[in-house]
Amino acid sequence: MAIALARVLRLRGFGALFLLKGLIMKRLATAFAIATVLAFGMQAACAQTLKAVKDRGELLCGSNGQLAGFGMPDPQGNWTGFDVEFCRAIAAAIFNDPTKVKFLPLTAANRFTALQSGEIDVLSRNTTWTMSRDTSLGIDFAAVNYYDGQGFMVHKALKVSSALELNDAAVCVQQGTTTELNLADYFRSNHMSLKTVTFATADEAVKAYDTGRCDSYTTDSSGLYGVRVLLSNPNDNIVLPEIISKEPLSPVVRQGDDAWEDLVRWVHYAMVDAEELGVSKTNLDDQMKSTNPEIRRLLGVEGQFGEPLGLTNDWAYRIIKAVGNYGESFERTVGQGSPLKIARGLNALWTKGGLQYGLPVR
Amino acid sequence: MPIAAAGRPMADIARPSPRHAGRVRNLALQAALILIVGGLGCGAIYNAAQNLAHANIAHGFGFWNNTAGFDISQTLIEYSASTSTFGRAFWVGLLNTLLVSAIGIVLATILGFIIGIARLSRNWLVARLASGYVELIRNVPLLLQIMFWYNSVLKALPELRGSVALPFGGFLNNRGLFLPRPEFGARFDAVVIALSLGIIAAMALHVWARRRQERTGMRPRILWPALAVIVGLPVVAFIVFGFPLSFRNPDLGRFNVRGGLEILPEFAALLIALSVYTAAFIAEVVRAGVLAVPTGQTEAASALGLRSDWTLRLVVVPQAMRVIVPPLTSQYLNLIKNSSLAVAIGYPDLFQVFTGSVLNITGQAVEVVAITMAVYLMISLVTSALMNLYGRTIAIVER
Repeated sequence: MAIALARVLRLRGFGALFLLKGLIMKRLATAFAIATVLAFGMQAACAQTLKAVKDRGELLCGSNGQLAGFGMPDPQGNWTGFDVEFCRAIAAAIFNDPTKVKFLPLTAANRFTALQSGEIDVLSRNTTWTMSRDTSLGIDFAAVNYYDGQGFMVHKALKVSSALELNDAAVCVQQGTTTELNLADYFRSNHMSLKTVTFATADEAVKAYDTGRCDSYTTDSSGLYGVRVLLSNPNDNIVLPEIISKEPLSPVVRQGDDAWEDLVRWVHYAMVDAEELGVSKTNLDDQMKSTNPEIRRLLGVEGQFGEPLGLTNDWAYRIIKAVGNYGESFERTVGQGSPLKIARGLNALWTKGGLQYGLPVR
Repeated sequence: MPIAAAGRPMADIARPSPRHAGRVRNLALQAALILIVGGLGCGAIYNAAQNLAHANIAHGFGFWNNTAGFDISQTLIEYSASTSTFGRAFWVGLLNTLLVSAIGIVLATILGFIIGIARLSRNWLVARLASGYVELIRNVPLLLQIMFWYNSVLKALPELRGSVALPFGGFLNNRGLFLPRPEFGARFDAVVIALSLGIIAAMALHVWARRRQERTGMRPRILWPALAVIVGLPVVAFIVFGFPLSFRNPDLGRFNVRGGLEILPEFAALLIALSVYTAAFIAEVVRAGVLAVPTGQTEAASALGLRSDWTLRLVVVPQAMRVIVPPLTSQYLNLIKNSSLAVAIGYPDLFQVFTGSVLNITGQAVEVVAITMAVYLMISLVTSALMNLYGRTIAIVER
């Protein structure tokens, strides 16, 4: 709420302050929450997420809040972005209403605690799927919905054209990210030294970079484009060509509720399948009359594919009606229809040289 | 008490008195309470471990020896992202917390005493300025002040290329303050030993002077001889052992300043904010302490013919200190705990490094938060124990 207000008032500095205060409180609060729940609570009936969501009447979605194109409230206070639309798609599948979502802005550092402690139902916040997270945090990754990689942004005035020229540079980075770890690895393996300045929130790290505290800011390259549009002079900054890591971003759920994980996973694949089959928001109602059996199964005209998920059989129809297919959502939030203008690249369909590959609804 | 016991008939003593019975009951109640609290604590720990295991969340303290993999901007001990462990990162963070707290306490105390005494000044302007300082600083949230010093003051410093060159080869820019780094030669320890000897000699001189005063009533002037041994001995050692100290000047590189002693803007902002903020509270503590000494004491001292500076030193300050020390301890503890607001500006203190990076990479919130709380508790307890010890040395001695 505070952030939304700050955005409306264009008080970015104060917005960050509110958020920081909130963050410190929140970090302690979530830590206490999880400690209390774990210490005194019985194991919550965690296999009941869908039922809990239905009873509550809304989905609790942990998202970014500060990243243009992925998760951020617009000047009117409406949450928008690629990760945000994914949660809207889940809400549409369950309630046939994409607005029945409550978004919680989370930092990189408190996102997993919020999920573990049951504060949110699903984490859709540009989160990299790594082995240690998957195996030791009590969480599961549903499906890779954005293939990303880490890059660097620098001030144009430095006249740097490659990340390999950054020896001795000061680099601003957000705490608690894979980015923080990749950064150290990359400099070490290229025998360069660096001065890392670590901030708890991306906003603070970006502000420090913008004011010249650091030579470079590093995060996932999608994030760099999202950040660049918010800088004081976007054109004075360039993104270097090197991509130094693999960052498969995925929505995350708590471990132990397989039915809920299935639901989240299939929301993603329904969107990719729809794009593969040419089903879009605009031609959806025509496609209902299609004779293609794959389309008929996806849209629930034929077969019973929604009910085993605990949904209705027109679940995918609802998703596409609300947010469109994968490509539509991508282009609208981060692609050509947005200020970010990110190319599909690895996120194009497999038939077009990318990695997005829909699984069969059968 | 002894009189009452002596007057009591024998039969009464043999039977447990009602007071004695009450004591047994109290002890039993207290033992039961300890058992219940302890049982709850153990149960909570056991239950947490069970629940963590059940939720497939890693638990235990095994992470301590795993490689950290992230960098820290200010390290007082050797630390490298590729080889150091999470445990090492913990120590780095703890030392950074202790550094900013220790220097902050010294600065806040000096500033606080000056402001507090200035507030009592008979000079109208000085007193008003001091009370203006106190009212302004202690009524603005500390987090806001930290952000002010960091974002408004230190970020306004010039960029690397426009660095301000300081005398003796230092630089000042928005990356920090870079000073020549002292490099100690092999025989520098001789200078340190000479300094300690000098201090011991000065203390011996002081003891001798006091004995002499007690014996003859005349106090010999020892200020100059004492200063001469404290300063003179190290200087002599320094010359004799061939100047075992050199300075390495920082060089302006393409991106950063290399070499030299580096003071990060994050550290400076946090230190300034903590010192300035806590000084306002200490000033009030000092003012209260001085005002708590009755005017009659000063009047009695001057009636005895004591000079006014002696009155201050021998009559007012010792009595004021007894009032000042306990609340001063609280202010020190506040400063230490407030240093965790470092997280707002990216100074790598214990809270930032440990409950930030380490917690997030390991995902072990319960263990990491428990360790952090225990450490802050320990620091605070040690600080207040030291202050209590000091408080005892200045307490009233009954003769």
